[in-house]
Amino acid sequence: MSVKLTIMHQMEEIAREHGKILTPLRDDLALFDSGLDSLGFAVLVARLEDRLGIDPFTASEDALFPVTFGDFVKVYENGAR
Amino acid sequence: MKMARAEAQSLRRRIGDGSPERFFWGRDAQACITDLVGGTSDFGGTSLVGGTGLVAGTSLVGGTSLGGRLEQLAGKSILLATGSQLTTALALIELDGVARRLTILPPDADPDHFEAVLAGAEVDAVVHDRDLPVPLPSLPRTRGREGRGNVPLRVACAAEIVAGERLAAASRDTEWVLLTSGTTGVPKMVVHGLDGLTAAFTRNKPNGPVMWGTFYDIRRYGGLQILLRAVLGGASLVLSSAGEPIAEHLDRLARHGVTHLTGTPSHWRRALMSPAIRKISPRYVRLSGEIADQAILDSLRNAFPQAAVGYAYASTEAGLAFEVNDGLTGFPASYVGPARDGVEMKVEDGSLRIRSPRTASRYIGGGPSQLLDTDGFVDTGDMVELHGDRYVFAGRRGGIINIGGLKAHPEEIEAVINRHPQVRMSLVRSKASPITGSIVIADVVLKSGRKPAGDELHQVKGDILQLCRDALPRHKVPATISFVPMLDFSSTGKLARRQAEKNG
Repeated sequence: MSVKLTIMHQMEEIAREHGKILTPLRDDLALFDSGLDSLGFAVLVARLEDRLGIDPFTASEDALFPVTFGDFVKVYENGAR
Repeated sequence: MKMARAEAQSLRRRIGDGSPERFFWGRDAQACITDLVGGTSDFGGTSLVGGTGLVAGTSLVGGTSLGGRLEQLAGKSILLATGSQLTTALALIELDGVARRLTILPPDADPDHFEAVLAGAEVDAVVHDRDLPVPLPSLPRTRGREGRGNVPLRVACAAEIVAGERLAAASRDTEWVLLTSGTTGVPKMVVHGLDGLTAAFTRNKPNGPVMWGTFYDIRRYGGLQILLRAVLGGASLVLSSAGEPIAEHLDRLARHGVTHLTGTPSHWRRALMSPAIRKISPRYVRLSGEIADQAILDSLRNAFPQAAVGYAYASTEAGLAFEVNDGLTGFPASYVGPARDGVEMKVEDGSLRIRSPRTASRYIGGGPSQLLDTDGFVDTGDMVELHGDRYVFAGRRGGIINIGGLKAHPEEIEAVINRHPQVRMSLVRSKASPITGSIVIADVVLKSGRKPAGDELHQVKGDILQLCRDALPRHKVPATISFVPMLDFSSTGKLARRQAEKNG
């Protein structure tokens, strides 16, 4: 599964678990309009570390948390390389 | 209500008060207590079965395991630095009433802290055995006449009792100093007296012979309680040994016919995973030292349908506070308030506070200065919550995980996970999160001991998360669950939380 698909799949699962409705995920969608709240993203980052073996935000001190879904995916794609 | 202890009240004398021959059972040795206590044999039957032998309690009444050095040790502040629990037991019986102070070095003592312990307890004699796993503190070697000035005295203790000496001198009120495990840094040194340590024991005659066993080390409060109960209650005791596999320990417990067995919930969870557990059939099983959740209480009731299952709440500082025997987690709310059996409890700022004659009196050494508050209460640091007519333990005050400003106790989450029928035990810990600061994650051990794979993995993980979502607010539901073959515990038999944080 591609990094992007893994992320989408995890976001859907967390939204379901947290009883949230996920907005269709487009690259320019602002993350905080996606339907997940900060706890949802915290869970997402932890699960992605399990799946992909990286936490690009904790690993790098100056990493800014991305604003859009597309940027978020890019951070993981870059980290996974 | 501190009274000078009469000579007749030293541990050795109290053991001598008529009971049948008893033994301490070690792994390769045993001790008959009577040999130490008096030789005559109206006291009988206590044995301590240690990791390495048997000593008859009766031998302790009139003999010695200290090679005729008791006279030199009188009035000293003694560090008991032993590797074997059997020799520890013998030395404790002999030295109470003789030593001014007895500081008991726990099994996992860090050699880096020896100097601080020696200074803190003003140690002027060391009693050791040949099983001590670490080098003795770098004390100045004895020169010239032993015991002179402040030159420390070293005395070897062995699990062999030879006919011996009794001191004519009047018995002292020996201070017993226990070291807490705890956090990093030098352990806290907690002062107890024999009266306080034994204040909770009743004089009820047991139905039939009692063979105690414990998963605890007797150099810690929980294990020491069992040693004293056995020795003063006319029972024998099977001791564990460092590094002894659980199956072997259970085999020995079975061989000696253990009737009363104690340990922490973590000890019990591990024991329940060993097939050897089926060989024992105790009449009484007892838990203490950690929160006993409903899952472990139920597991023990199922494993030992014929046994009474009791939970005892105690800590090194607070002493034994109460016992709960109704098989339910937590304790009745009515325990808080007016004193029961001389023990008074209150809840302040969410934590349980205890005032009783069984608490320690003070700290010594360079640690914290205050053990009791101005009203004489010990703050246990254990957080409790009132649920209906019962208090339940939420966790340790220092163990709270902060998830974006919302708090969670690892223990309350573990209690939920442990309710899953396939789960034997779990450890919930904090993981750094770039978004909420921390997040909750869980390591889980299944009863099967296996790490599930494929569909089973998905299924079990999903079930556990569902259980958590049904019972807990969202921030307390673990973000991830890992299945592990076993969890580490500290030498106190408690889940190794700090270690887990460090490695995690």
